[in-house]
Amino acid sequence: MGDLIQIVVAKYNYWIYITLMMIGLYAMIVKNNLVKKIVGMNIFQTAIILYYVSTGAKKGATIPILEHGHDGHGAGAHMVHAVDYINPLPHVLMLTAIVVSVATLGVALALAIRIYNRYNTLEEDEILAQIREK
Amino acid sequence: MSQQYPALLVIVPLLSAFIISGAGWVNKRLCFPIAVVALGVAAYSCIGLLLRVLDEGVIVYKLGGWDPPMGIAYYVDHLNGLVLTVVSMVAFLNLIASKKSIEQEFPDKTGPFYTLYVLMVTGLLGIVVTGDAFNLYVLLEIAALTGYGLLAMGEERAPLAALNYLYMGTIGACFYLLGVGYLYIATGSLNMVDIAHILPDLYQSKAVMAAFIICLIGVWLKMAFFPLHAWLPNAYTFAPSAASSLIAPLVTKVMIYVMIRLILTVFTPEFAFNILAVSKPIVWLAVIAIVMGAILALAERNLKKMLTYIIVAEVGYMVGGAWLGNRAGMTGAILHIVNDALMTLCAFLVVGNIVYKLKGYAFDDLKGLVRKMPFTMGAFVIGALSLIGVPPTCGFFSKWYLISGAIQAGQYAFMAALLFSSLVNVVLFFRVIEICYYEPFSEDHGHGHDHHPEPMAEAPLTMLVPLFIVAAGLVLVGLYTGDIVKHIIEFAIPQGIV
Repeated sequence: MGDLIQIVVAKYNYWIYITLMMIGLYAMIVKNNLVKKIVGMNIFQTAIILYYVSTGAKKGATIPILEHGHDGHGAGAHMVHAVDYINPLPHVLMLTAIVVSVATLGVALALAIRIYNRYNTLEEDEILAQIREK
Repeated sequence: MSQQYPALLVIVPLLSAFIISGAGWVNKRLCFPIAVVALGVAAYSCIGLLLRVLDEGVIVYKLGGWDPPMGIAYYVDHLNGLVLTVVSMVAFLNLIASKKSIEQEFPDKTGPFYTLYVLMVTGLLGIVVTGDAFNLYVLLEIAALTGYGLLAMGEERAPLAALNYLYMGTIGACFYLLGVGYLYIATGSLNMVDIAHILPDLYQSKAVMAAFIICLIGVWLKMAFFPLHAWLPNAYTFAPSAASSLIAPLVTKVMIYVMIRLILTVFTPEFAFNILAVSKPIVWLAVIAIVMGAILALAERNLKKMLTYIIVAEVGYMVGGAWLGNRAGMTGAILHIVNDALMTLCAFLVVGNIVYKLKGYAFDDLKGLVRKMPFTMGAFVIGALSLIGVPPTCGFFSKWYLISGAIQAGQYAFMAALLFSSLVNVVLFFRVIEICYYEPFSEDHGHGHDHHPEPMAEAPLTMLVPLFIVAAGLVLVGLYTGDIVKHIIEFAIPQGIV
């Protein structure tokens, strides 16, 4: 039991992202309202973004900007220790992923509007009932 | 110029998409020629690239001159050279064929349609050409987002079907992204070749194993592998015919390519087949996919939906073939990517022609169709024979490789499933052919009209010519299968697989 708690506490960022991801997935599967499903989808995507960002973090490190890169004796005068800086690459990747998730959200909401115009409801069971009637 | 082919085939369609959307405001008639030129250049570059690969071997193209693994590199080998050529040719032929049906189905939206069309092809070509795992994710989403848009332009139920596809597709892409994240944690790299070099020391790592499984599930969702196929039939059936004949042949096939790329390059066959030891259960899943796809297709009374279930079964062919773990199975899977893209294109172009003339694709609409559209139905027969697997059409040869691979691997259930699905295809297509050839045409409701022949009302020439090219391609690819396998696919599969 003690081991388990230690695992949970030491890797809490993973547990948070898994929990968020499952909340999103739950909403997408269980919810009846199409917009709630879209919100669930967005939570799902955001969980993965959080996961990526958290993997770049290091204890006691700072943002990856060289403080004294240009003063003194030209570039390369100071040794750069990678340990002192958080890893910027996952953050940069996630800028792209955020753009993708915004675009997906936009397309999904546009489709939801089309569906609402046609069926006058966003509840999935009511839409399916209307389709069956035809 | 030929040095820049790998960049051209992505950049030309990408920039043209913006030009088309601008030109749509000025004059709608400009959109189509620009799209033709863009995809023509892309197809030309793809063929040129394949010829260069056959000459020189693997081509590495560094975008912006940045060296991999820091920069993004495009790797073109025999495998993606072949798939690139197929994707660009299918997209180009379908573009020509779809001109009339787009003008008929949504005359005021041609600009947006061609923009999305060209962007989607950009995404698909980019997925195939890229050598960077994260870049692949971005292009995957470009192809997917434009695909949702194209599919939603269809009939009444299309937006709902597209939204369901969007949910599933997003989960699939997110799983892939998550798997790449695990890989990045374990290896510190995103470049596929670089990852493959770092991985052998990490084969026992649980993170790498999780990465592989998660990526695989994501890709399966995208390719509609059986238990994850629920989005596909409705999304493809209700789509406009020009969009479904682009998306149905290409999207699932490109995702199969991604799976094979993950197995062959990123994780290496050694890891996928020997260390992980999951090939047997996956082949069994493929067996279920093939059988269920065939049975669900039998239940349909509507040509387009029947074809979508055949796609589900065909995905099972390729996944199973790739996971047999031997050379014949992998050859069959790669060959079937080419063949199935052409066969599906042929079948969906026929549906496009029928919809153009009849406004319907249920079996009841097809009665006596052969007297009305003899050329279209002739091409349909060739496509049907190829989907069944009758020599000399190409469908026979890839099935041959798949079956011999199944026997070598001792997976007799897979062999049985392939034969079963071929038999079901016989039933499916001969039922359609019977309706079209032997039942009287339904539109004239009188009884006395049967004795004089129906007037011919064939689809326009711009729709027929691409269809004939594809139908001829089915036979030609079948006749030249030996050369394709000897000169291209042999080099695409690493020596380690026997």
